[in-house]
Amino acid sequence: MNQNLKEQLLLLPEYFQGHLTLTLIALLLGILLSIPLGVWAAQSPRIKRPLLAIISVIQTFPSVAILALVVALLGGKIGVLPAVIALVLYSILPIARNTVTGLDSVPSEVLEAAMGIGMNPQQVLVKIKLPLAMPIIIAGIRTATVWTVGLATLSTLVGATSFGNYIFTGLQTRNLVSVTVGSIAAAAMAVILDALIAGIQWLVENRNKSINSSKYNRVRNILVGAVLLIVVGSLSSILPRSEPDFVVGGKGFTEQYIIAGLLAAKLEESGFNVEQRLGLGTEIVYSATANNTVDIYLEYTGTVWANRMKNSHNPGRDSVMRGVFNHVERVDGMVSVGALGFQNLYALAMRKDRAQELGIDSIEDMIPVAHNLIAAGDLEFFGRPEWIALRETYGIDFSEKLTFDAALMYNAVDDRQVDLIVAYTSDGRVAAFDLKILEDPRSAFLPYDGILVASSSASKNPVFMGVIESLVGQISDEEMREANRIVDVNGGSILDAVSYLQSAID
Amino acid sequence: MIELQNIEKSFDLGRSFVVSDVSLKVERGQLLCLIGESGSGKTTTLKMINRIQEPSSGTIIVNGENILQQDPVKLRRSIGYVFQGIGLFPHYTVLNNVAAVPSLLRWEGSLIHSGCEEILEMVGLPIKDYGDRYPSQLSGGQQQRVGVARALIAKPEVLLMDEPFGALDPITRAGLQEEFKRIQRLLNLTVIMVTHDMTEALLMADQIAVMRKGQILQMGPPKELLNRPEHDYVRKLIELPRNRASRLEELMDSL
Ligand SMILES: Nc1ncnc2c1ncn2[C@@H]1O[C@H](COP(=O)(O)OP(=O)(O)OP(=O)(O)O)[C@@H](O)[C@H]1O
Ligand SMILES: [Mg+2]
Repeated sequence: MNQNLKEQLLLLPEYFQGHLTLTLIALLLGILLSIPLGVWAAQSPRIKRPLLAIISVIQTFPSVAILALVVALLGGKIGVLPAVIALVLYSILPIARNTVTGLDSVPSEVLEAAMGIGMNPQQVLVKIKLPLAMPIIIAGIRTATVWTVGLATLSTLVGATSFGNYIFTGLQTRNLVSVTVGSIAAAAMAVILDALIAGIQWLVENRNKSINSSKYNRVRNILVGAVLLIVVGSLSSILPRSEPDFVVGGKGFTEQYIIAGLLAAKLEESGFNVEQRLGLGTEIVYSATANNTVDIYLEYTGTVWANRMKNSHNPGRDSVMRGVFNHVERVDGMVSVGALGFQNLYALAMRKDRAQELGIDSIEDMIPVAHNLIAAGDLEFFGRPEWIALRETYGIDFSEKLTFDAALMYNAVDDRQVDLIVAYTSDGRVAAFDLKILEDPRSAFLPYDGILVASSSASKNPVFMGVIESLVGQISDEEMREANRIVDVNGGSILDAVSYLQSAID
Repeated sequence: MIELQNIEKSFDLGRSFVVSDVSLKVERGQLLCLIGESGSGKTTTLKMINRIQEPSSGTIIVNGENILQQDPVKLRRSIGYVFQGIGLFPHYTVLNNVAAVPSLLRWEGSLIHSGCEEILEMVGLPIKDYGDRYPSQLSGGQQQRVGVARALIAKPEVLLMDEPFGALDPITRAGLQEEFKRIQRLLNLTVIMVTHDMTEALLMADQIAVMRKGQILQMGPPKELLNRPEHDYVRKLIELPRNRASRLEELMDSL
């Protein structure tokens, strides 16, 4: 079997369990919440319309935004809790709406008869309305199940393990096998759970009709087996598991995966039990470390300086680092362990022959011709303070500013579709495509030193701090670029890049 | 005993009346037939007696008590009701449909079962053949008989029946009419029965009330209606069975 596929399949049990547990908890809570909500709404049109409207509006919120909002509302807490809350919010609509529809669809003559023979409103609801509405409610639960399984992949973004780990890691490290395994696994889970609920529904509906039919017994045995498997599968995740000593966090791009892998490897060498939570958003991983959910991760000085401290001026690499360390420690109560040694900052890059043609060495040289050039940046660059700083410091603008996915951007400049790109200095592709990085004599670009930020609780452990501190100043620009290149250009695994860095450090 | 005093019912806050100034009295053990054209307010009148509808004005007394001062749920459990739309519970078997009222009354399980057995036998749907069927697996007439069984099982003193034998073939119908009459006499039931069939009314009723446009045109024993119809509409109603009877006689004679 393909080595890559084998590595991916080794992760399957853990991701499967995470995904299943998230889905089942969310669905269970969703059902417990939505059916009473639907019953309540069905009672009176005064409640029904506004309630369904509100639920529908929640549904239209982009799911990633809901996740981010839930994390923010929980004060930066990441993991299963915010993921489940967001999933529950999404499961309410189909179940509650179908509950209302189902209850409304009970024939009025049946209701009249139920009342007429002397059932009280509660008995009418429990004995007549709910059973008759059940097929429609179950249809809603099935819709919610399929949605929840799909959306649960996004839980990875807030640090809850799911099949999304396959998908997001795969997308970032261009590992298509990983993306495919994750997608197929999620789709299969959706199909199986859906079929399971349909089977249970069939059993319930045929309960009285075919007590002795062999088909009935066969379906029942299969279902009982499947449900048992699932229960055991998800229960085992609740059983006491060895709590990790430390949690290594990381954002969602190659360099972050590599450094997280390195941190985990180093800590494990010292006998610690380590869990990795990767692919987190910038804001999320920062606040998670501030509240001790994550213990250590790789941050960049420029990110904190611009995004959190809202600075746009550039007092120089050292001052920025001092300012950031101060902010991280004094304001947010974390510990900045130190800089690893490399920077990952924005820089303008061109093909070497194109730069020669134009006679450009630095951004200053470009000032007279900039308005004739086509530039490409990643999805956010032209909206960031760095672009404003660049424009104002040098007084330049380009004839066209295109935005690209990072991988495509490098191809575009290589194919001469664009004249220059806004690259990242530690990106392995700068070297792979043999690009020239233009100098920045007026320091328009903020420094982006890679620094290790530790949680206050972890920093109290001297062995932990010893391990982390041993990495400070150990990784040069060239080494980081090479490690990135192993993954992004050569198609190696994260582990390959980690072992390269380990040998480079020793 | 059922007594209605000056009952009025409006669904549009008094602009129009579906039932206006209806007064009637059915003594214990008597059977009153309500007959009249479609939309004349028969069902509405019946529904007010077990408070599925509330009268706009007037008083209803059942077994000596003003029903508006009673707990509606308790009242309904004490009155048998055969619904015009039958209203069987589609997710209940025949057995469970019939057992619904005794269950609400918390009868003992064995008592419920023997009661169901007896009453289903009586309406011609033996429990061993029909007990486990769902309403969708029955013909219209069979469903109607389950509806009658459900209303009768708890042996209520008061029984309200809205076109209970409408969907039956003539022979089953005649059989059931007789059987019902027997039980009614046996248990001394007080019954109001809505029908469109004047023959049925004449044969079964102690009293017949003819309704039109929410009012009672004439009320009295079958003989009185036959002999002294006070209204054109009543005359038309009784002429129908009478003409048929004489035409049948002619046919027989000519044999
Ligand atoms: N809930 C209601 N709201 C408004 N109007 C109603 C309601 N129920 C009945 N009506 C009206 O009251 C009138 C009498 O209806 P009712 O059902 O009592 O007639 P009926 O004599 O039983 O007729 P049928 O022989 O067709 O069953 C009809 O015009 C009907 O449209
Ligand atoms: Mg009617």
